[in-house]
Amino acid sequence: MAFTSFLAGRIFKALLVILAIAALNFLLIRLAPGDPASVMAGESGATDPKFVETLRTRFGLDQPLWKQLLLYLGQIVQGDLGFSYRNQVPVIQLILERLPATLLLMASSFVVSLGLGVGLGMLSASVRFFNRKRWLDSLIMTLALICYATPLFWLALMMVIVFSVQLDWLPAFGMESVGANLKGWARISDIAQHLVLPTLALSLFFMSVYVRLTRAAMMEVMMQDHVRTGFAKGLTGGEVLRRHVFRNALLPIVTFAGLQLGQVAGGAVLIETVFAWPGIGRLMFDALLQRDYQLLLGVFLITSATVIAFNLLTDIAYRFVDPRIRMEGGAR
Amino acid sequence: MIHGLLGKRFTRLALAGLASVTLTAVAPAQTPVKGGTLNGIVQPEPPTLMLGMNQQAPTIYVAGKIYQSLLTYTPDLKPQPELAKSWVMSPDGLTYTFELEPNVKWHDGKPFTAEDVAFTVDKFLRKTHPRANVVLNRYVASVTALSPTKVEFKLKEPFGPFLSLFEVSTLPMVPKHLYDGTDYATNPANQTPIGTGPFKFKEWKRGSHIHLVKNAEYWKPGKPYIDELYFRVIPDSASRALAFEKGDVQVLRGGDVDNVDVRRLRAIKGVTTTTAGWEMYSPLAFMMMNNRKAPFDNVKVRQAVMNAIDKNFIATTVFFGLAKPAAGPFASTTLFNDTNLKPYPYNVEKAKALIKESGVDLSKSPVKILSFPYGAQWERLAEYVKQGLEQIGFTVSIEPADAGSWAKRVSDWDFDLSFNFTYQYGDPALGVARHYLSTNIVKGSPFANNQGYANPKADELLIKAASSVDQNERAKLYAEFQKIAFEEVANGYLAELQFATLYRSNVKNLVKTGIGLNETLDDAWIEK
Repeated sequence: MAFTSFLAGRIFKALLVILAIAALNFLLIRLAPGDPASVMAGESGATDPKFVETLRTRFGLDQPLWKQLLLYLGQIVQGDLGFSYRNQVPVIQLILERLPATLLLMASSFVVSLGLGVGLGMLSASVRFFNRKRWLDSLIMTLALICYATPLFWLALMMVIVFSVQLDWLPAFGMESVGANLKGWARISDIAQHLVLPTLALSLFFMSVYVRLTRAAMMEVMMQDHVRTGFAKGLTGGEVLRRHVFRNALLPIVTFAGLQLGQVAGGAVLIETVFAWPGIGRLMFDALLQRDYQLLLGVFLITSATVIAFNLLTDIAYRFVDPRIRMEGGAR
Repeated sequence: MIHGLLGKRFTRLALAGLASVTLTAVAPAQTPVKGGTLNGIVQPEPPTLMLGMNQQAPTIYVAGKIYQSLLTYTPDLKPQPELAKSWVMSPDGLTYTFELEPNVKWHDGKPFTAEDVAFTVDKFLRKTHPRANVVLNRYVASVTALSPTKVEFKLKEPFGPFLSLFEVSTLPMVPKHLYDGTDYATNPANQTPIGTGPFKFKEWKRGSHIHLVKNAEYWKPGKPYIDELYFRVIPDSASRALAFEKGDVQVLRGGDVDNVDVRRLRAIKGVTTTTAGWEMYSPLAFMMMNNRKAPFDNVKVRQAVMNAIDKNFIATTVFFGLAKPAAGPFASTTLFNDTNLKPYPYNVEKAKALIKESGVDLSKSPVKILSFPYGAQWERLAEYVKQGLEQIGFTVSIEPADAGSWAKRVSDWDFDLSFNFTYQYGDPALGVARHYLSTNIVKGSPFANNQGYANPKADELLIKAASSVDQNERAKLYAEFQKIAFEEVANGYLAELQFATLYRSNVKNLVKTGIGLNETLDDAWIEK
């Protein structure tokens, strides 16, 4: 009962937040000079100002701003994301075409960075815990620092040059072999190969954060009294580490995992650009440059909805990780 | 694995390509081979492929394989038959009659006739084409189908460059049966373009690639040779260079990669480079100085600026040698270019003297350069011009802009100094006059007379030259105009841009005409 009312309250609030975000976004993007009509005129070498005015009228940009905003919000409430005048296609269609690619990339890099990061962080903390092979700790921390400090786009390009151009092990661009017409398992393995480099490039940064976070949290817990109690009641070092140290160190990791998942579109723009990955980050960036208002707002809306959804999931996950956290009465 | 295989096959192809180069020296006539796939790049990804509605460079490149016009052009810009077999002009220059190819079919199987031409030019493009509509509405009175294969254009007044209008992006033929009586902008047919060209639209995976396939019913027997064309979307310039290096794509169009990469890629074995195929467009880079306000309202100041900037440096260093210093408003590859005109020499002392002579106090009017958002070299150009102006006493700052801001601010005359480059479209009346006619000082378009240059004499020369059909007379009028534009610095002429096409040497007959890669490619073939 408590859980359902918590959920209902949160979802209601989330809907209000989304609507407010939509209105704010709508006003924000109008601050950028230029509009879709002027961009299209610029690209096609239009010489006729009347032509640009016609475009503006067709896009509804000649209406007063408040009227456009109300129209847009009304449309959102009805579940209609609008029409991309530039692409001549409904916004929802464009987004749905591109969303799976981004979700795939995000999911794989989430798994890789979380798995590697937490694993290495645990390793690093445990070698300190047992006071053996401390060089391993230094090595992992150095690696994490390098990954943390390297610019993403540079790393990505270097990986293409080494693994794709020089060694020819992996494909460099796109999500599938263009024109190969693969079916079934062959297609899955083809996509998997294309996924390797972008996933790695995107994961390394987050991995290093998880390494440091896990290590720091575990080392903090190691100092606490209940760990000593664990040893005192006769548990082995491994058991203490797993049951009493790691579980208690999980909370900051969950928090950060929630943050990472929220960055679906933002973090992927660079990687999608370098690897020509046909995802939503790139769609958003192009829409911004082209002032494709409706499309841009649509992408913003979808991404803010994902952020809110993942925040909610994080809050629910807290409860399972740490049963002391309750969820009654709406917010935590 | 799949990729490894492709890579190996490609190496073999490239080697074969190399071998063929040596062979060509002995036996120049090669028989085209059928089959194969050609991969290019479409950059940036266009909004639509409906060429009658959108004429961005990447749209023309891809849609130029799907759509055709009545004519095409040799490298020296002479009209050549395409959908029209032959044409005659009446002695008064007011009527043109075209005889069309008889057995042409649209990709959906319907016959292409004179009715389609009349509909396209008289109804469709008059409404939809942001550049051609101005010319059509001003000069073309009517277009009539006399028979299924004969079409007549009646003009309101003689128009010298009329036959230069039939380049594929200016007057692309669109199917009447799909568009007549519909709302052109929202017609669902825009998503699946139907033309008469050698390649048919197959699929467009947004963000990934555009796929065209051979049109088996193409009206030129035995053509095209290539089976499939892929245009890949690779948003990052460095990644595009790598894709070519790796062999994922075999053709790079001018502008696909930064000039700095062109130097590296053209040195790869088995790669052919050409700057031909841009004659129709002959892009000319210039500096717009806002003539409406100080200090650029003073002609002496504009001349000083031209003396303070080294055009050779710009061509060789800023554009990595892929440019030629420009003297006047006409590119040297186009008709009517006056070869006597030489660029302002680089002379800082002269520049300072001109500033003194002008009596303008430069400290009172600081200059903001509005950067031109089309790649790194334009940012370098802005930095170089800043430096050039500062050495003669200007206070200069650079304002960054993205494409939307730039277009908006230039259209609204909200700038001191900015850059632009525009296509010349084979005739000054089509590509050049728009920047100088005082009637074209209008807000709303970044490709009008945005700098605000007005000179009644220049207007008169341009108008006279446009409506004359006597080429010698036109040459004389245009020579006089070029002299005025040069002396008054109607724009600051910087460089004739040369766009390099790079391709693997086993691709043959790729660039053949004055419109280069925008051509249908029905002659191109790939050596096995």
